[in-house]
Amino acid sequence: MPVDMELEAVLRPIQYPMPPYPPKYVVLANGKKMVIRQAAREDVPAILKSVHPCLFIERDYYDVVSARVYGELLAWYRYRVKSAYCLMGQVDGYLVGIVNGRMEDEKVGMSYHTLAIDRGLRIGSHLFAAKMEYHMEYLNQEEVLIVAESPIGFRRWMIEYPLEETKIPHELGGGDSYRLTREIYFKAKPRLVVGDRPVPQDLMDEAMREVKFADDDTIRERIAGLKGR
Amino acid sequence: MRDVAIIGAGMIPFGRRDEDTLMEMLAYASLKALDDAGLGDKSVDAVYLANMGGGMLQHQSAIASSLVDRLSLLPAAADTVENGPASGASAIKNGLLAVASGYYDTVLVVGGEKMREVTGWRATDFVATMTHPQAEYPYGITLPGMAGMFTRLYMEKHGVTREHLLAVSLKNQEMGTLNPYAHVEMALDREGVFDSPHAVVNNPVSADPLHLYDLCPVSDGAAAIVICPLEMAKKLSKPPVLIAGFGQATDTHTLQERDDPTDLKAVTLAAKQALEMAKLKPSDISVAELHDAFTILEIAESEHVGFFKKGEGGKAAAAGKTRLGGQIPINLSGGLKARGHPVGATGVAQVVDIVWQLRHELPKTRQVKNAQTGLTVNFGGFGNNVLSFVLKRVEP
Repeated sequence: MPVDMELEAVLRPIQYPMPPYPPKYVVLANGKKMVIRQAAREDVPAILKSVHPCLFIERDYYDVVSARVYGELLAWYRYRVKSAYCLMGQVDGYLVGIVNGRMEDEKVGMSYHTLAIDRGLRIGSHLFAAKMEYHMEYLNQEEVLIVAESPIGFRRWMIEYPLEETKIPHELGGGDSYRLTREIYFKAKPRLVVGDRPVPQDLMDEAMREVKFADDDTIRERIAGLKGR
Repeated sequence: MRDVAIIGAGMIPFGRRDEDTLMEMLAYASLKALDDAGLGDKSVDAVYLANMGGGMLQHQSAIASSLVDRLSLLPAAADTVENGPASGASAIKNGLLAVASGYYDTVLVVGGEKMREVTGWRATDFVATMTHPQAEYPYGITLPGMAGMFTRLYMEKHGVTREHLLAVSLKNQEMGTLNPYAHVEMALDREGVFDSPHAVVNNPVSADPLHLYDLCPVSDGAAAIVICPLEMAKKLSKPPVLIAGFGQATDTHTLQERDDPTDLKAVTLAAKQALEMAKLKPSDISVAELHDAFTILEIAESEHVGFFKKGEGGKAAAAGKTRLGGQIPINLSGGLKARGHPVGATGVAQVVDIVWQLRHELPKTRQVKNAQTGLTVNFGGFGNNVLSFVLKRVEP
């Protein structure tokens, strides 16, 4: 598609400088090691292939969350969102989950979504924690505004941390924002934020070599769990 | 009293079954058991249906009446049996007595529950309604909370450790991966849930000292059996499984009223009655399905039934004595821990799994070689209403 760079200069939002998220790895309950690393903008088309099958899964609001993630990543890919980022989890090279968000300004972070593509291993919890770690420890922000769009998200974020209620509207347009402050984050960190750095070279090489994707049916099976029928 | 045998057994995969209603699940499991029994067009005389939460979770009552119509079993007698998480075994007991007495010849027993229709905390609250309505429930007690306190006491008194609980959890989740009917089909890794510092997230404390993987999941599911007099069963093609013994006992409603809260008297009594009726000793049992809603219960029940002395059950689990090929294989189905715990279905599912063991129908990875006898424990409340069955293979 032709792009008019003169007009793009007007349409593209400003970007705050964003230090990179240093990759880490987490040992999961099944013993597999999940590498959590920052996605590059160039990774987006490939990531969207994994998000696409989730658009058609009603269970646990996967359809809503996936549709929004799809749009958010596409907007980031095509320079239509300010200071956005995406972190992804990979096991044996396969994409198992993604989280994304952005900087509203230098002090305030805006959490977007958490999408676990493999379930039952607390992948969403680990990835959400990595997202908060990025905002607090690498972007050095004062607070992150968060909403949940599924009961699972509400339980994992609002209750487990626990987050602070506010009356601040969230840009996703749903309920009012909940807030993660630095105090809440560092208090919750010992029980919710884990991971080791540096990532062993062989693990990192495997993650970087290729972002692998399970096929559509496997993804639906993992998420919707329609086993045996 | 006539000898009673199981001639049909069926189950549907446990898990989260959003697409099915409670009635559909009950019907699927029933049809599987009826088909397995090979009775052809012959109907059953009565249906005993186990369910704990239909009234609360589905806003549905008189479930047995609905099922007989759904299955075109009219005019069979139909009763719904509610006895908390021991409803399944209670329904079997009622069917057993009806056939043994000579009043009915062929009885369908089916248990089912649809718990994933509500959020996890509402399901936990629903289960907590079995606690004492004045002395426990108003103060916020839950079954995991009760199990946590029980575990702490059991650890202090009988030397159970987290390593022992972990051994149960690893074994049962591993067996779940081999059982196509299991809710949880994921093997756990010791490093990921115990040794690694990352385990603090993977396996968080749920009710201290119990962690996430010490608890059974909240499940949907159903299981069914068909029973008839042994003499009639012998004329059918599959090896009948004799209900050689059963026992049931109760205990105080609240744990604090017991002289020793770690002493599960009702488990001891129920298993003793069942074994005596079957003229067997604990050491005669080939395989057992115990009610491991929490890992501590598998250990405690293995001691109270008499498989191990008090204080030895945890060590036995850690030493592999309860695995396939061990001294007494326990919960080769994955137990409640991995097969799942749809409360009304559990007592029936335990019996179904033992029937498959005694017919030698399971794959080698789960089958106890030449299994001849099996024992179940279905644990209601927090051990205040317990049923046990002893089943025996009968050569055709």
